[in-house]
Amino acid sequence: MNTPVMNTPALPGPLADNPRLERWVTFPAPGKVIVGTGRVELGQGVLTAMTQIAADELDVAMERITIRSGDTEFTPNEGYTAGSQSIQFGGVAMRQACADVRSLFIDQAARVLGCKTSELSICDGGILHNGVPTGQDYWTLAGAVDLAAEATGGGKRKTVADFNVIGRSSARLDLPAKIFGAAVFIHDLVLDGMLHARVVRQPNRGATIDAIDERAIKRAAKAPVEFVRNGNFLAIVGADETAVDLAGAAAAKYVIWQHVETPTPLQAEASWLRQRPVIDRIIGAPEPADPQGRVRFESTYTRGYLAHASISPSCGLALYHDGRLTVWTHCQGVFPLRAALARTLSLDASAITVHHVQGSGCYGHNGADDAAADAAIIAMKMPGVPIRVRWRREEEFVYEPKSPAMVVKVRALLDDAGKPADWSAEIWSGTHNYRPGAGGNLLGAQALPNPPPEPPPGDVPESHGGGATRNGEPLYDIAHKRIIHHLVTETPVRTSALRGLGAMPNVFAIECAIDELAERAGQDPVQYRLSITVDPRARAVIEKVAAMAGWEAGESGGAGRGRGIAFARYKSRAAYAAVVVALDVEETIRLRHVWCATDAGLVVNPDGVINQLEGGIIQSASWVLKEQVRFDDGVSSFDWETYPVLKFSEVPEIDIALINTKDEVPLGVGEVTAGPTAAAIGNAVSHALGARIRDLPLTRERIMATLLKE
Amino acid sequence: MTKKYEFTVNGRPVSVSLDNEEAPLLNVLRNNLGLMGTRFGCGLEQCGCCMVLIDGAPEKSCSKPVWSIIGKSVTTVEGLGTPEHPHPLQQAFIDEQAGQCGYCLAGILISAQALLARNPSPTRSEIAQALDDNICRCGSHNRIIRAIEKAAARMGAGAIS
Repeated sequence: MNTPVMNTPALPGPLADNPRLERWVTFPAPGKVIVGTGRVELGQGVLTAMTQIAADELDVAMERITIRSGDTEFTPNEGYTAGSQSIQFGGVAMRQACADVRSLFIDQAARVLGCKTSELSICDGGILHNGVPTGQDYWTLAGAVDLAAEATGGGKRKTVADFNVIGRSSARLDLPAKIFGAAVFIHDLVLDGMLHARVVRQPNRGATIDAIDERAIKRAAKAPVEFVRNGNFLAIVGADETAVDLAGAAAAKYVIWQHVETPTPLQAEASWLRQRPVIDRIIGAPEPADPQGRVRFESTYTRGYLAHASISPSCGLALYHDGRLTVWTHCQGVFPLRAALARTLSLDASAITVHHVQGSGCYGHNGADDAAADAAIIAMKMPGVPIRVRWRREEEFVYEPKSPAMVVKVRALLDDAGKPADWSAEIWSGTHNYRPGAGGNLLGAQALPNPPPEPPPGDVPESHGGGATRNGEPLYDIAHKRIIHHLVTETPVRTSALRGLGAMPNVFAIECAIDELAERAGQDPVQYRLSITVDPRARAVIEKVAAMAGWEAGESGGAGRGRGIAFARYKSRAAYAAVVVALDVEETIRLRHVWCATDAGLVVNPDGVINQLEGGIIQSASWVLKEQVRFDDGVSSFDWETYPVLKFSEVPEIDIALINTKDEVPLGVGEVTAGPTAAAIGNAVSHALGARIRDLPLTRERIMATLLKE
Repeated sequence: MTKKYEFTVNGRPVSVSLDNEEAPLLNVLRNNLGLMGTRFGCGLEQCGCCMVLIDGAPEKSCSKPVWSIIGKSVTTVEGLGTPEHPHPLQQAFIDEQAGQCGYCLAGILISAQALLARNPSPTRSEIAQALDDNICRCGSHNRIIRAIEKAAARMGAGAIS
């Protein structure tokens, strides 16, 4: 009765990479289930959704499940928790792993009970025979089922109609502890004999320490502190956190650096990228040299550098003891960090354990990996002593990897009806991927003796959704489309992944251009979009959001009041979102209301998805209205006054609709609204002013300049 | 030189010995008293993660020297309620699922408590204004405002009955 190999379905990627079932599910004690996931909680509720998935496929109550996540000792290696892929890929892997486990137990129960598997079912972990409890359950059978076995994909995953937990809103499992002020964050972790540390940051790669006034720094600390130095990596360590803070602040004055490079105000502008060395590629057929008599449209859009601006500065802990390094981190990928630490510290990866502990929301590659590396570098110099590094606020702003500035030039050839027949997006950008897992250097490593070489320039490949090219191609029905990508090989600051990567600037450019084309064609923006859209799921979100917002074709704007629409399918292959924004513009922009319709396929936790979509909309609105990292004799956006974000009183009301939530494939939503929100704001501002601003952020200065020009 | 500092935290008298009288209250709460609910966000009094009540008034604790607290009464998020006996605000935050990463929530709950103490039935706009000293980076603002409205309504109803 062996199943022929040919009939075995292919395992979902993360399960194929981690086939041992015990990495995914174990039954440690009566009534208890431990579920492992390589995905980590970044504050968006992924572990609640994973628990729902496991509960449904195993047929146990959620309360029985303890979830273990992001731990090199225990959990599957799923790379990074990023790119809105956790549920789409990690969730499907979890479903299959649980289905395989459930199937092994049903087989074992049939043997024990001497009945057919088809007569058995499971209810909250108990085995039922024709609906009647048998006294057997996961825990009575656990001794006879070998979960060290590899997944086969043979367990049948539930169908949508059979879901009991998936698809129903579940309260976030992690929220109560945070609301009652429990010690849940990495910042709250206290290890026996732990010392606090602050790093005296090397201003840039290649900068060297010229002089240290140790006495002045120690005096400022007002309690004992020590220095730990390795090359140009310098840290201050002590038992009293206040003392290391004071010493760290004093070090800015009392440590003198040479070979310091400071980015200039000009370099903060996206337009600066146009004159830089680049690596060029064309994705798609070459652009026609001659417009062949057709009208040519061209427009250029830009966005400056952005900070992740996590609410908590990064933190990392490390202990080096008996040749083993243990690291606690809030980074997005514990396995890639382990590999990067191994190369940085010349340790074998098997001698390093990395545990994930929650931090604040990161929205991408912030300082988390680097803070962990800082702790590890110090710990290696102080064997046996647990080290806790917590970055200063200004350290996070100045040294976290930034989202790169981008220039996006759109060119289109228009047919007689004013619709695009040929479309080019020409993109200038630094990399969106300097993650340790992509060969990027950990910040502290740059200060060590013989710093590792810089990796060759590169970006996220299109097979992974692209970096600067992400969403660079519109989903619309246009006969010829291409991306011309200029990868700027050197930027004034480190650049890496922020929520959506290139999708936000690209969708801003595309969707503003589409509005400009609609206007030229004398058509309503909603109608124009629908006239070049066949994909029914795309049409559905556009039509839905227009209905929600009470969109009326031809509604006139001006007098400072406007509304705009935008649409995108994230990565052109994930979730769909359309957004309408209503706003007022005087000297500044006042958002009144945002409506959003999203098709994310199968939704595991509807309220969790809505929460993430709201968050994506608000964060994107903040980027568009306020955010740009400024340079002036170095990074001059170093706190919440020099890098303001949207405040409570500036947040609009938001309405969200989820459609097509019963589709088989779930699609992540963390990033889907970033582009459409940005472009809908841009289009609404244009509608309100009767003039278009093509450069982000939409600051007061830019609005005033545009008004004066009109 | 080590000195003793005495004040009240969440209704209980405490006494801590410190070398540095400039030590911020936040560090004392977290590192000396083990109360981790009050979070470090910026150390610059800009983000509100470290908000506590001092004699009932909302104050940022990250730069508040411990000497200035002597004899005063401090309330932290741990003093609002417990999972067994949640404060109406905490219950409303759970009901509304008001939060994403949750790092800002302790400070926001404290700001909200201070607001409701002086204005038991605030409008949406008054709530938003009162929270402008608190930064939420995840974008949970609307849920947080709804939760505070809900708590205010429940507390108001409770006061009447």
